[in-house]
Amino acid sequence: MASGRAMQPSGATNCARELIHQFARTRRDFLRSAAGLALGSTLLGGRAFAGSSLKKRKVVVITFGGGARDQETFAPEGQENIPQLMRELIPQSTFFTQVVNRGILGHYVATASLATGVYETINNFASLPPENPTVFEYFRKDLKRPSSDAWVVAPSNGFNRIGESSHRSYGLGLGARVILPKHLLTAAISKGRSDYEHLLRDNYETPLYAPELAGSEFELDQLERILKLSVDDFRTHAKTLSSPDELSVYIVRQLMRQVAPSLLWITMHDIDVAHAGAYSLYIEGIRRTDRLCAEVWKMIQSEPEYAGKTTLFILPDFGRDSDDDPGGNGFQHHRTGDAFSRTTWLMALGTGVREGVVYDRAMESVDLVPTIGSMLDFSASLAQGKPIQELV
Amino acid sequence: MLPRDLKPESFERYPAEARKVVRNYVGAFQRLPLSFLPSLLREVIDYDYKFPAERKAVEKELANLESLSAEQTTTWFQSFTQIELSPKLERLDWVNAPAQFVEQLSAHLWTTHQLDRFRKAATDYAGRLHAAIPPEIPGAPRLGIAVIGQGIASYSEPLFRKLRPHGAHFTRVKPENGLELLLEEVAARAKKHPIPYAHWYVDGGEEAKYDPGITCISYRALEPLRTVVLRRMRSESEKPGMGPEALRTLLAQMTPSELGLGKTGDPVLDRFQVKLLTEGSGTQIFSTTFAQWTARETLRRAQPLTLLVRFAPRQRQKPMNELLTERNESPELDPMGSLVDGDMGAYYNWLNQQRLPGAEQSSFLAWFERHGEAVAICPVLPRGTESASVAGLRDVLSWMS
Repeated sequence: MASGRAMQPSGATNCARELIHQFARTRRDFLRSAAGLALGSTLLGGRAFAGSSLKKRKVVVITFGGGARDQETFAPEGQENIPQLMRELIPQSTFFTQVVNRGILGHYVATASLATGVYETINNFASLPPENPTVFEYFRKDLKRPSSDAWVVAPSNGFNRIGESSHRSYGLGLGARVILPKHLLTAAISKGRSDYEHLLRDNYETPLYAPELAGSEFELDQLERILKLSVDDFRTHAKTLSSPDELSVYIVRQLMRQVAPSLLWITMHDIDVAHAGAYSLYIEGIRRTDRLCAEVWKMIQSEPEYAGKTTLFILPDFGRDSDDDPGGNGFQHHRTGDAFSRTTWLMALGTGVREGVVYDRAMESVDLVPTIGSMLDFSASLAQGKPIQELV
Repeated sequence: MLPRDLKPESFERYPAEARKVVRNYVGAFQRLPLSFLPSLLREVIDYDYKFPAERKAVEKELANLESLSAEQTTTWFQSFTQIELSPKLERLDWVNAPAQFVEQLSAHLWTTHQLDRFRKAATDYAGRLHAAIPPEIPGAPRLGIAVIGQGIASYSEPLFRKLRPHGAHFTRVKPENGLELLLEEVAARAKKHPIPYAHWYVDGGEEAKYDPGITCISYRALEPLRTVVLRRMRSESEKPGMGPEALRTLLAQMTPSELGLGKTGDPVLDRFQVKLLTEGSGTQIFSTTFAQWTARETLRRAQPLTLLVRFAPRQRQKPMNELLTERNESPELDPMGSLVDGDMGAYYNWLNQQRLPGAEQSSFLAWFERHGEAVAICPVLPRGTESASVAGLRDVLSWMS
């Protein structure tokens, strides 16, 4: 079975569709029984942004990364790992059970696809910008917003180009500011020493590899100037945190307080430790991400610049391989491209979103950018996806 | 170069045994599409270093391809023919470096959104092959054993949750001399069915005493090799222009002699051990990952009759704050995390065993080392049941057979 070994397939495409549907149905039924959500109808739209000036509207996106499966999250046996999502967030959200990613399942390229609304094909491991305009560029160009109004906080050096595409009609100077908290921390702590290089080696797929930085990432001297955070305070606080995603959320808090961008994109990555093959570490990553998502939601509700005018989106960039695919190794990777690794979910909360509704129709992850466009009143003209009618 | 241009001398650089095998099938290769053939050659080129079960599978597959009529060949490979390849792929030396070709092909399929079509083509081919060459039922029912939880004094969370629905859950197994008893069972099976590479013992720590009829791999014994591989990975990854894909290719090309192996007189096992560390992700760092991946690869490749895998504590993953404050300390162990890893690993071992021919007759035992908890899965014990009767591990094994 030479080709079976080559690409390690598990099932034919026709049965993949069936699997996806079954998967979504299970998730929906569980959410309805466990979290008391009502089944939504496509006739129900969002609640528009009544009472909230469009100009003051804010959107925060969290990618629940890097990839978690249903059986460790929304399936009955997985719910113990996401108590915050289950108890706190889902009852306040509109939840979509069947979000399919038809693109390349590498974290950088998939996140770039989420941010452009186009299935990007750039090299996952190279320091390259997306080829299509990002949500940040549409937002800033159409609405004439300054660079301080769109930010990305990402864990890995590989994400330093995600804020701005190479598209000739957009690109240069129109993108988001990008903060790589681990990069900042390394700079803050090592001060020219090389002992902390291991902090930069944060790509779990290739743990010994750290891509070269290129682009206009946030530099250490801007900590104080923009985030009003001294290097000493940053360093001291970082030493109390247990993971890169915790550091990201710490930076997010500063950013929300000091800059209050209207479009904020947070990429979580701790879960991707699964690539090392230790199941307990993967579960720890999911539990931490669950807690951090709730923290960000609390910040949104408590920060005056955000409370009452912010929509939060939480979604994984993709899933992980199923246990049933002989070509994969279960939770460890996302290499088979099977139905389970492609099918995820989306949760929307806050302004303009109905609470406690679940939809199980199929949608694609590239629908996110046009949806944000419809919400904030810019046109994601080159995106492949479509606005999610239930939210706009 | 395309398959139709192949000649017997195209394979001159293949290892001796592989060259002999290939000689009879050049005509069949010429009829195959380029989207398929390198995947097959990737297996053929390693023929000299394959386990007996793998060699037999390659031989049968080649014989089947040779026997197909022109019309059948068209039917079998039509979907592969429709996969669009790039000129860059066609220019690669896919005859002598088929693994690198397959890696590039994989990237190409993702990028051009042809992965689903390829999966369908591959699945259909596998189905046809399966029908043409029914899998060989093993000479004796397989037995898999997983031993987890080394070093844990007490644990109150439920264990074996994924395995229990498939077998009988024992809560009062007598743990005394448990590992020795299990290794005796493996040795007895090795004596009864003396087939090369049919009886394995994989230890995620230091191996216990075992019968010479058993093939053994342990994390501890491979420590020098792991150190060399890690050092090489580090030094290569620091070279300018070295990306993860290039690093992976380089690791895949490492040979046992390059890494200081080759003294055991068993080139097949040497090559297998190198691949565990150069192709497995995390196997160089975490012993639980090593044990699970070794079991997976042993089952997939050697298709053993008996496999005992013992998970041992892995090193603790330090949280970021500790990484920032402590330097160069010897790694601590994480027995509790390793128990959770081993629990999932035992489930994966069972799943992988059940993918082999003869699954309906196979048995599997998972045991919490030095404790009374075990799960036995086999055709004769009822599924999803629980027993609180006091029993020895030998009793449980006898009930399974």
